[in-house]
Amino acid sequence: MKILKILIVLFLVTNFSELSSDETNDVLKNKILKNIRCLICQGQSVYDSESEFASSIKLIVDRKINEGLKEKQIYQFLREKYGDWVIYDPKLNINTYILWLLPLLLFFFGGAIIFRKLSN
Amino acid sequence: MKNKFSLFIIVIFLSFCFVVFYKGLNNSNTYTPKVDEKKKIPTFKAKDFDSDNYINSDKIFDEKIFYIVNIWASWCVPCRAEHPLLMQLSNNQSIKLIGLNYRDNFNNAKKFINEFGNPYSRILIDKDGTLGIEFGAYGVPETFLIDKNKNIIKKFVGPINQKIVNDIKSIIK
Repeated sequence: MKILKILIVLFLVTNFSELSSDETNDVLKNKILKNIRCLICQGQSVYDSESEFASSIKLIVDRKINEGLKEKQIYQFLREKYGDWVIYDPKLNINTYILWLLPLLLFFFGGAIIFRKLSN
Repeated sequence: MKNKFSLFIIVIFLSFCFVVFYKGLNNSNTYTPKVDEKKKIPTFKAKDFDSDNYINSDKIFDEKIFYIVNIWASWCVPCRAEHPLLMQLSNNQSIKLIGLNYRDNFNNAKKFINEFGNPYSRILIDKDGTLGIEFGAYGVPETFLIDKNKNIIKKFVGPINQKIVNDIKSIIK
């Protein structure tokens, strides 16, 4: 009887852990797909797109997750194939310095103006 | 004096914005990945069209010659237009053509080849389009020129034309 109980507990634990790993993979897959641009329906994410390109990307991302690749590695793979543009979240590099730093500069510039006005 | 300086700064800033947005008007809204970037060919395993066996990419690109990888499908109208040019290229001894049959019905693809001729030394089946993704393709037809060191040196999006064929011939000479 005791053995039966242990077996039931083991069965439940292994099944739930498998389920949670599948769920984690699905969450990760959706997160990645929402962050990839579709090259056919430009302006739509791969997650939202029904194009053939998007469906192939969905399969590739699924395959890469199952192969054990991390999120960053999958983005890197896609960047190598299609360039930085394919990822919604652009990397900080020489081409995107202005994109990342301009809002910060404008924020400080505006802040300085407000500070000067208030101190006057 | 101070007001004049502020006005000057504002005018400069607005002119800068105007130039940036005006130049932006002429830019295309459609993004196209770079076509001249040198990349290593991907390693993959694919189903052979004729034998139905799986082959590794190192067995496909095993000779020290130029290769062309052409993505095609029987349902693709521009593929029909470029096919005679591929037939023309296949007569060249210093290049081998590999076809990637993209998301196609096997019988239709066979009919296409029987009707228009087979320029490919080998055809690979890409049933779900994932092999095309490994090459960095996003549509059909697309053509990749691979050099003797197994680097993709050029990518042609859309059907090839006589000018592209001449360019390829001058590269592989």
